[in-house]
Amino acid sequence: MLAVVGTVPDRDFPLVIGRVALEGDAICIEGNRAPVNRGTPALVAAAFKAGEVLGQPPPLVYLVGDIGLGDGSRRLYAHLSRSPGEMGDDVGAIAFHYLQPDVDWHNKVLFAIQELTRPPVLIADAGFMYAAKMSGEAAAYDLFTPDVGELAFLADEEAPHPFYTRGFILHEGMKAPELIERAYRHENAAACLLVKGQPDVIADREGIYATVELPVEEAMEAIGGTGDTVTGMVAAMIGAGIPVKDAAVLAARTNRLAGYLARPTPATQVMEIIAQIPSALEQVLKEHRSSQECRHA
Amino acid sequence: MSILSFFKGKGSKDSQRADTQDRGILVFEHTSEVIRAETVIKDAGWRVRVMGPPPEIRTGCDLVIEFPLIEELNILRILEAAGTRPLQVVPVTSPLLQPVDIFQTKDYGQHLMVRAANMKLTVDKETLTVVNVSGGGCPDVPYLAQEMVGKTLADAPAPESIGHTLCGYALQLAYEEMRRRC
Repeated sequence: MLAVVGTVPDRDFPLVIGRVALEGDAICIEGNRAPVNRGTPALVAAAFKAGEVLGQPPPLVYLVGDIGLGDGSRRLYAHLSRSPGEMGDDVGAIAFHYLQPDVDWHNKVLFAIQELTRPPVLIADAGFMYAAKMSGEAAAYDLFTPDVGELAFLADEEAPHPFYTRGFILHEGMKAPELIERAYRHENAAACLLVKGQPDVIADREGIYATVELPVEEAMEAIGGTGDTVTGMVAAMIGAGIPVKDAAVLAARTNRLAGYLARPTPATQVMEIIAQIPSALEQVLKEHRSSQECRHA
Repeated sequence: MSILSFFKGKGSKDSQRADTQDRGILVFEHTSEVIRAETVIKDAGWRVRVMGPPPEIRTGCDLVIEFPLIEELNILRILEAAGTRPLQVVPVTSPLLQPVDIFQTKDYGQHLMVRAANMKLTVDKETLTVVNVSGGGCPDVPYLAQEMVGKTLADAPAPESIGHTLCGYALQLAYEEMRRRC
């Protein structure tokens, strides 16, 4: 099962823990609703949809309101670092998402989770990934899901945030394979990377494992939340027991296909793409099974 | 030219150079306070720069204001009057990180996207309506998107007025670039 840890852009949203439901364009948890537009609600909605196709229970979510002041994130960090064991042994994967990057709190949470008798697969994206890299603990994670700009940040051993990525790394034509190699050389990458871009790249310390480049929908880059949906789907697949690298490939394919089916423009909102996830994932899984059968025939 | 004229007033733009030992940094609790203080100090005529903090005081999502140390008391007085007092004032002892200052744009025909660092802002070129905000990883990004999408550039709140993090600051740069272009 998957657990998701993140924030909602509403200062009054309380710290809630529980199974999530998807009702129309909002996620619901313990009587609290959060609209799915981008950020952690988009990740949760995508994971929910993918989980339904995979026969998984709804994700267990840890959510709190935070509009960037970090107060909600710190409450959530404190709770997790005090009682990580309350998640239960059936949580096979945790996705950490839009949280205020804070190295001290990151370390407290990571070390508490590492004490569990059965540590889950650890996935980090967005602000928590920034903190994981800055803490020097990136290698403790199983998967990071950066976009290309964030990959440059991982590759820059000096940068504490993407805002400070040095120009020679960002703009001198350094390509994804070089950035990936550099990120691993400085121990700033998780065991696996799913780099969201054109193409999507799945890599580990040994190099490129796979690339996914079709279908191409240029407008996807402008749509807020399309990176969150990839992370949500890969997390759901890992929570369902699919190996990390295979899950990354399947999630990248599904996100592209869902985007294609939504016929997006730069003004499309992410919920229109999330609505296409079930049919896209069914199709991708069918193709995947066929290719495996061919390989074994 | 005195050190004062390097930093004060419009006449100082002929030189950006200042020795490390002449500079200090103002440290605040939130990026939003940095943005407010930067505005207050610049409005008072001082030349300051927003930079990344040195490693020993980094927490993960920080900006600091670099200023001429010789003017510490004057600048603190201005900030005090504006109700924006820093947490710490620290002399600069090593090079500071430079924020990303390069913009990328993508023209989709009806829509234009501007990217600054890890933040992207997309508007409808005809109506100047903000249609999407993407990228970033700090918790104010979804909040900024919620408050800006669907409004025109003129009506949408500037990210600097409601953002609190480096991602919010990057979106402000994209917003300013978009306003220059549209």
